[in-house]
Amino acid sequence: MSGRVPVSMSVDGRTVDALVEPRTSLGDFLRNDLGLTGTHLGCEMGVCGACLVLLDGQAIHSCLMYAVQANGRAVETVEGLTERRAIADIQKAFHERNALQCGFCTPGMLVTAYELLSHGGAPSRAEIRDALSGNYCRCTGYEAIVDAVDQTAKERQKQAGCPQDGRAAAPGGTKDNAA
Amino acid sequence: MTGALSSLDRPNTYIGRSVSRPNAKRLLAGRGRYVTDLQLPRMLHAAFVRSPYAHANIRSIDASQAAAMTGVHLIATGVDLAKLCKPWVGTLDHFAGMKSSPQLPLAVGKVVWAGQPVVAVVAETRALAEDAAELVAVEFEEIDPVTDVDAARAPGATLINPELGGNVAFHTRIESGKVDEAFRGAAAVVEETLLFGRHTAVTLEPRAIIADYDPSEERLTVHHGTQTPYQFQDIYSRHYGLREARVRVVAPDIGGSFGMKLHVYHEDMAVVGLSMLLGRPVKFVADRLEAFVSDIHARDHRVTARIAVAADGTIRGMEADDVTAIGPYSTYPRTSVVEGNQVVRLIGAPYRFRDYRADLNVVFQNKVQTSQYRAVGHPIACAVTETLVDRAARKLGIDPFEIRRRNIITQDMYPYTSPTGYTFERLSHEACLDKLHALMDYPRLRLEQEALRKQGIHRGIGIAMFVEITNPSPAFYGVGGARISAQDGAIVKITPSGEVHCLISVGEHGQGTETIVGQIVADGLGVDHGAVRVFTGDTDVTPHGGANWACRGAGIGGETALQASRTLKRNILSVAAAILQARPDDLDLRNGEIVDAATGSARLSLGEIARIAYFRSDTLPGGVSPQLTASHHYTPKGFPFAFTNGVQACHVEVDVETGFIKILKVWVVEDCGRIINPMLVEEQVRGGVVQGLGAAFFEECLYSENGQLQNGSLADYLVPMACEMPDIEIAHVETPTQDTELGAKGCGEAGTAAASAAAINAVNDAISPLGASISQIPMTPQRLLRALGHA
Repeated sequence: MSGRVPVSMSVDGRTVDALVEPRTSLGDFLRNDLGLTGTHLGCEMGVCGACLVLLDGQAIHSCLMYAVQANGRAVETVEGLTERRAIADIQKAFHERNALQCGFCTPGMLVTAYELLSHGGAPSRAEIRDALSGNYCRCTGYEAIVDAVDQTAKERQKQAGCPQDGRAAAPGGTKDNAA
Repeated sequence: MTGALSSLDRPNTYIGRSVSRPNAKRLLAGRGRYVTDLQLPRMLHAAFVRSPYAHANIRSIDASQAAAMTGVHLIATGVDLAKLCKPWVGTLDHFAGMKSSPQLPLAVGKVVWAGQPVVAVVAETRALAEDAAELVAVEFEEIDPVTDVDAARAPGATLINPELGGNVAFHTRIESGKVDEAFRGAAAVVEETLLFGRHTAVTLEPRAIIADYDPSEERLTVHHGTQTPYQFQDIYSRHYGLREARVRVVAPDIGGSFGMKLHVYHEDMAVVGLSMLLGRPVKFVADRLEAFVSDIHARDHRVTARIAVAADGTIRGMEADDVTAIGPYSTYPRTSVVEGNQVVRLIGAPYRFRDYRADLNVVFQNKVQTSQYRAVGHPIACAVTETLVDRAARKLGIDPFEIRRRNIITQDMYPYTSPTGYTFERLSHEACLDKLHALMDYPRLRLEQEALRKQGIHRGIGIAMFVEITNPSPAFYGVGGARISAQDGAIVKITPSGEVHCLISVGEHGQGTETIVGQIVADGLGVDHGAVRVFTGDTDVTPHGGANWACRGAGIGGETALQASRTLKRNILSVAAAILQARPDDLDLRNGEIVDAATGSARLSLGEIARIAYFRSDTLPGGVSPQLTASHHYTPKGFPFAFTNGVQACHVEVDVETGFIKILKVWVVEDCGRIINPMLVEEQVRGGVVQGLGAAFFEECLYSENGQLQNGSLADYLVPMACEMPDIEIAHVETPTQDTELGAKGCGEAGTAAASAAAINAVNDAISPLGASISQIPMTPQRLLRALGHA
């Protein structure tokens, strides 16, 4: 009912100009206005992590932010990360390890995993569990997800040829899957 | 333990292989299609005005302001929808004497729980519908809420359903053997009252539904996040007076279900009526608070139980009294008494004592309905049994493994009928116990426990054995008059290029049904797994069947798929024989090629047979009519249920100063018969265990005395998260059922069945040297401190 206001932001690398109600959350805007339904809404209060997207490269809850607040900023969703193959190795590890069942939490898990692994290094299982502790999954019991993230971190280290030091993920570049 | 080797045992079989789920790639790319995601042309959105009171009369409803809002299309009350929808009653005939009142989509005259939908508002967006709902004025007159199970049964109690003459929905007593004698002669008797809080499914995707009624064809299509589309086709058709063949229910990707998404919900029934009134699609997605106040809850049992043991630890008898509260009505169409019924029938199930008595009282109250949720009754029966067995062992100074070894049903006793009437074809308690003992290195853990105890570190080890009901026959619901199928159907067909489609009635919600069905069909036919595409969950497309409940996908759906593919293979070989002028018995289909059965040499590709059959049947000998589509329906006909079994162990560390508990590790040995895909079985078990640990340590729907849910959000209701969950080690024993060729039994609920029992035993093992014990879940820090005398 309230008047719509113009917003302009980058979504998955493309500029989007739209008119939105000020009360529309970023999550609802992505899903309902842009049809990017990979981002899910589970609790709408920033607890479950299903709605995580990247805002200027940092994971945020799209349910806790209004679309107007993203004006002039860069949003990246699971669709965008998939398209530019930034998480292809994580997705492959999730697939092989069956680190998802219903798949509803998965986009949020992938965003968390992307952010964690972008710091480089090989996090311990406890560190992985800690990093994932804002992502609720009812199906898997988490162990397979921890395994998949762990596996990806190790693969990236191996690819980078540095067992201790991180910097495995080349920033921005596309990366082929590990064989 | 298996019979003769079949083709399922050959080295290159797909059965028993950890194949990854082909359909998971779509979900990983964010390309899932959940009902929540769907948008249809002309679609409108529903929001509900709900009762703020647990029990009240409705004095008046004024929706004039809301109706005047731009963008609002319809406001409907209980009376409006009652004109279209036939009421439903949640009783089944085989629960003798059970009672429940008729239910309608929206409250008429009276509300019976806080959160009950009273008025529906349909508008162009959900936000608008919610704005309008806020403007609907409903005047209530409060009635004393009935929330306590004892007060509900006291003389003069307020009646929730006065026409039923009482607040008890169902009572039953089981009596077998000479219980009083067993207790009189016992060396030790242990008695305990155990409390099991209410918890709920908390699926990450809440309930979601779009009803799309097309008046021009009198056709209803419902996109529904459900486990049981065929059941809902039947229900929508009968309760809204629609021709069944014109009702289509589609269950696309579903964001978790766990038994919660197979019950009739008031909002879902309302949405169908709203769509019929408007002739447009109407969508409703529960938000998280709505999920907490309208999804079924589970458990809410108080069980007082006793065990009588001889000096050597032999169980002489057990007695149990279960009081469970189910909300204001029994759910439809499966009722809310199944959980209690399974509690009293599964208590003591792993053990061979004969003297048993149990009472079950199922009580109405002014809270959300309870009903079947993952492992239905098993966690309670298991916790009651295993807690008492542990306490008896402690009293007699017998090791927990040893007392169980002395009491389990052994291999020489099968088939074995329990005192409660369940017949076990064959279980594997001895093998499971032995395997667990080795897997967890039990002696080392005990030594470590003793050493740490001296440093003031309190660790506990708990074990719990379980027996699980899977592959249910019509004995489960059908005999009670429910139109819930115990059979499943599969259609398998060859495409013109020689690939395979399988349409099957069991559904996919992430557990991997499509994958295992694909494995079975590939194996049954003799084709590459990648050539098989499986379709599920659309009543216009897939055959009628029970779909997903009570662990039946692999055991019943799998056998259906196997037999359908066997039939199709025979058809293919008969066409091949006609083309090759050979005998069908001398040919075989392997890796998509017709081969000479004896030598394995390739004769003809499946693609070539399909080409000839579909495009050049004129070249076939007269009388050959290729049937490259085959169907099969299968219902369990042997034992009424295929029982599975297993044992779990839980290792915890209790901080006796703060009451915090660290779960160090869980081990599970389970026997679900023939394993089709070990990775998927293990992931079912892990997920199930974590749900059981949630119940044991965190999850509880907390109510005030006047029936208000006090923690209806994910910030207040605690679910298990990654940081507090342990790694779970799993091992298998395989005892295939001889009732089917496949030999598979269910595995989806095994994890949940015993996880909380093992956790209770572990915590009690940690704190018993301090003279403390706990018998209530969830075992919150506050309750633990109270048990330790600190609070």
